[in-house]
Amino acid sequence: MNQWKNFTKGFLKENPILVLVLGTCPTLAVTSSAINGLGMGMATTFVLLMSNVIIASIKNFIPSSVRIPAFIVVIASFVTIVDLVMQAYTPDLYNSLGIFIPLIVVNCIVLGRAEAFASKQNVASSAIDGIGMGLGFAFALTILGAVREILGAGSIFNYKFINPDADGILVFVLAPGAFFGLGFMIALVNMINSKK
Amino acid sequence: MEYLIIIISAVFVSNIVLAQFLGICPFLGVSKKISTAVGMTAAVVFVMALATLVTYLMFFYLLKPNNLDYLTTITFILVIASLVQMVEIILKKISPPLYQALGIFLPLITTNCAVLGVALMVLNPTRDYNLAEALVFTVASAIGFGLALIIFAGIRERLELQGVPKGLQGVPIALITAGILSLAFMGFAGLV
Repeated sequence: MNQWKNFTKGFLKENPILVLVLGTCPTLAVTSSAINGLGMGMATTFVLLMSNVIIASIKNFIPSSVRIPAFIVVIASFVTIVDLVMQAYTPDLYNSLGIFIPLIVVNCIVLGRAEAFASKQNVASSAIDGIGMGLGFAFALTILGAVREILGAGSIFNYKFINPDADGILVFVLAPGAFFGLGFMIALVNMINSKK
Repeated sequence: MEYLIIIISAVFVSNIVLAQFLGICPFLGVSKKISTAVGMTAAVVFVMALATLVTYLMFFYLLKPNNLDYLTTITFILVIASLVQMVEIILKKISPPLYQALGIFLPLITTNCAVLGVALMVLNPTRDYNLAEALVFTVASAIGFGLALIIFAGIRERLELQGVPKGLQGVPIALITAGILSLAFMGFAGLV
């Protein structure tokens, strides 16, 4: 398989959030700022990469009837590692992402790639698929976070570019803004993909 | 009175779907018809209450005393997955009509992040819930999920008949509708 295509498919053609609409819960919840979106994206990328590699390398030893619980255990182990590492080294990010770090376990993207890709392909392809999909997820999360931060707080990556006393359009950093932002982003991608 | 505050805050003020973003997948997936939304709600209330009961006891009597906190994520997800499987098997044997009604929703619930989310939320030290409060909170959260789901299904049934611009059809218009609903629920913010 063409590895470059395998890598880039996660960005636009098969973007997990914008095209497949998987993993919407963390997408909506953590994108109140660009930095949170990027942090969540990176954490998920790590879990995706590691679980894809491990599952691809042990797939021949797992009986197919218990494969889903086995995949979940592998994924949950890496999520626990991410959870502990983030708690130790990036406490601010850890606090603002909160409950959504352990919830990477139930992110459909991770189990979905394990089942649809890593359980059928070799280790190298699975690793590239994991990185590509993870970065596609991080990319969409960062963009959505940036849009919401710019509109809602008038800043980008915590750098404020409007008058420090002025407020942004507050609704965009609150819950409804997440739904509006993602809705319009998916509509835009639909339009771009249908033009091709 | 305390229970009433927990219930109102979980159902309206911090609704798990519209304010906390848990369980969005089933919220978008099974909200096309009111009847399926009702079935899903019943299944979620049932499984969530059971899951929190088991995970709460496990955390405070097994994991915590043995300093195994770091295994929380792994044990909880395994408990929930096997619980769902067990409920499915038991329902099939004991009550076929109930199984007929809830059966197709049960496998979907394992991937419903609201179940794991609520099981983890009741352990939050700032809440400091005892078992009864934890269960009340869980059932109220599940009802909040159901309320949002059923209202949303009602809106989507109407939306089917409207002329939606081509690019917005499907998921985008559903998300924007959910945003407006979430805006409406923000009106409850000052209640508790």
